[in-house]
Amino acid sequence: MEMLLSGNEALARGVYEYGGEYAAAYPGTPSTEILETIARFFKDDVTAEWMINEKVALEAAVGASYGGARAIAAMKHVGVNVAADPLLTLSYTGVGAGLILVSADDPSLHSSQNEQDNRCYGKFASIPVLEPSDSQEAKDFVKAAFEISEQFDTPVMLRLTTRISHAKGIVTIGERETVEHPGFERNITKYVMVPAHARIRHKFIIERLEKLRAFAETTPLNRIEWNDKEVGIVSGSVSYQYAREVMPNASILKVGLGYPLPIEMIRDFASRVKRLFVIEELEPFYEEQIAAAGIPVEGKKYFSNYLELNPDRVSEGFIAAGVLPTEMAPKAGKKEDVLPRPPVLCPGCPHRGVMVSLRKLKVYTTGDIGCYTLGALPPLEQIDTCLCMGASIGHAFGIEKAGKTKKKTVALIGDGTFLHSGITALASVVYNKGTTTTIIVDNRITAMTGGQDHPGTSRTLMGEKTYAVDLETLCRAVGVEHVRKVDPYNVDETTAILKEEIDRDAPSVVITTRPCMLFPKKIKDKPYMVLLDTCIACGACFRVGCPAISTSSEKNEKGKPKSKIDPLLCTGCTICAQVCPSGAIVELEQ
Amino acid sequence: MENGTTNVLIVGVGGQGVILASEILSEVARQTGLDAKKSEVHGMSQRGGVVTSHVRFGRKVHSPLIPTGQSDVVLAFELAEGMRWVNELKDGGTIIVNRQEIVPPITATGTFSYPGNAEETVRKRVPNAKFIDAHALATDLGNTRLVNTILLGVLSRSLRLEEKTWLAVIERMAPKGTGELNKKAFLAGRSQK
Repeated sequence: MEMLLSGNEALARGVYEYGGEYAAAYPGTPSTEILETIARFFKDDVTAEWMINEKVALEAAVGASYGGARAIAAMKHVGVNVAADPLLTLSYTGVGAGLILVSADDPSLHSSQNEQDNRCYGKFASIPVLEPSDSQEAKDFVKAAFEISEQFDTPVMLRLTTRISHAKGIVTIGERETVEHPGFERNITKYVMVPAHARIRHKFIIERLEKLRAFAETTPLNRIEWNDKEVGIVSGSVSYQYAREVMPNASILKVGLGYPLPIEMIRDFASRVKRLFVIEELEPFYEEQIAAAGIPVEGKKYFSNYLELNPDRVSEGFIAAGVLPTEMAPKAGKKEDVLPRPPVLCPGCPHRGVMVSLRKLKVYTTGDIGCYTLGALPPLEQIDTCLCMGASIGHAFGIEKAGKTKKKTVALIGDGTFLHSGITALASVVYNKGTTTTIIVDNRITAMTGGQDHPGTSRTLMGEKTYAVDLETLCRAVGVEHVRKVDPYNVDETTAILKEEIDRDAPSVVITTRPCMLFPKKIKDKPYMVLLDTCIACGACFRVGCPAISTSSEKNEKGKPKSKIDPLLCTGCTICAQVCPSGAIVELEQ
Repeated sequence: MENGTTNVLIVGVGGQGVILASEILSEVARQTGLDAKKSEVHGMSQRGGVVTSHVRFGRKVHSPLIPTGQSDVVLAFELAEGMRWVNELKDGGTIIVNRQEIVPPITATGTFSYPGNAEETVRKRVPNAKFIDAHALATDLGNTRLVNTILLGVLSRSLRLEEKTWLAVIERMAPKGTGELNKKAFLAGRSQK
């Protein structure tokens, strides 16, 4: 049977078909749908769980593997940084049952803070990296990855990119196969990584890598598609598809096992073609290994390590290399100049009121990873830093310790991000006698990635009710005496409480109390409207950056446009009514 | 449709249903027995941002992305987005634009304004561009949520895929209880000249 599946859905299907029993993840674009698909369709056979962060997700999957269950941990590329601590030593212990780390990379930073190439972790950790090039392979490679993991006693990275994760293609599906493994058995030289044991295991992984190199030379995961021998191309992942599209007559060595590379196979391939090119996104990961083996190769000179590739960039590269004639250049007409449409906070978003309050207080705001990062853009322009998950609190604390910034600084972080890695920073603030004010914009969901539950939401991924972490109690437990709750829809009250806490010579936390407007259910109250006779066209409501507010055709005496509110979009949060100096925004009479 | 691959670019604004429409189109292609791929970006770009979905089908499809300027059909769910993406249409291709205007909040800063000449600009480049007032058609059918399905109906006139396959897929993928209404909406779009 065939189905149209995204790479993420196909990978989830693979976990089911190839005997996976446990899956853990922290949501992050473009990886999120892997666990959601498992929980939705395969929960009778595979346990799927959101973890508090990627490190815990990997550790739980490792435990499941040690305990005899084929397991995966899934995350976005930067999530692997969080999980890097267990990963680098996990390579030493090896696995019990098959264990896969799914890394969904995001070339072009469609929804990320960087575009790191996680294949580099394969080399760093001495673990194999598989790179599917479409949805079918995203499923098939799960089987290969579990088998390699068990055969070589190693975790395996299955590396997707946005164009694999979120592209759909036709997949042939099959039945579930299961594999029997014993439960956990004591084996301290394998599982207890004290120096004496780890020295033994390091030797083991050096030998394991040699065995994997030999395996790479013969595995059908790598194959040669012979064609014209003027040009030979080494490529994997979605880049392979672009190469096929643009160079239908070239010979291609299609890489499925991206680390370790089949160097001798490549050497032989190179000797039979006139020019050898590597087409790969981001880092020159294959190219450097091939060059280091003394094989003449061309790559990044023509196919940049900046942003994702596409058929046009591959064509342009081959034109620059003199392989394709210039007539083959991509031929789109001139782009029309149309206004930008940057993403914005939703109508009624509870973060908006906090941004408006902070603007009144004229403070710097160290930000974090979540929807509220959108508050950095005009017209709100209230978020001043964004680095990684949980960084806001450490940033605000460090700016305070540096002692050179006149404006006050506050930290702003979401509930999910606070639990992911903010709590450790908050404890450090208290411990080191900082006076940082931390605002937890608690919308009780992981919103940016599409509404996933977390340990503060009282629901599991499998749909069960569970305990919800009480953020206030948690903050008090690490020693924050001043913890306040505010309604972010009340701008004056939020501003007043924030001012008190920012001025306080002690660490404090302010927690907002409104849920996300979209998840877990859509919230819509009575819409508001603009009284055009009363509106003075001052623009104050425009500056709250609400998609429901736009310019009307009516103008004031100076020709400035008055505003209007779309009743279908307005959720009745009243933030705009509160900032309107002329009382022109009122509840719409139905 | 070189090499037998048909390229359809569907564009609009986050929340308009671009992705569901492209899912339906890809599934119709698959059920026709063709290879099909589609690609778009989820995540941050959805919060009121521009959404583009590439759908490709034919005997064998490699790249999930359409090469620039090679779209056989551009279907725009929103007027300014039609103008933004018109250059992706290949010579002799078809562009279908819904006349709905979604004015982004950035216009309130005064730095940018919504184009007043989007329809003329598109027509100047593509004289036989099709403009549809899908919102009015949906209102006539009694539900403004039918806009997407009407637009798929308009799109279907430009593609060689069978009506019965479209109807079967729409019936299966429409929200529960709305199958008949959506099929009606599709046929209303398909009968637009």
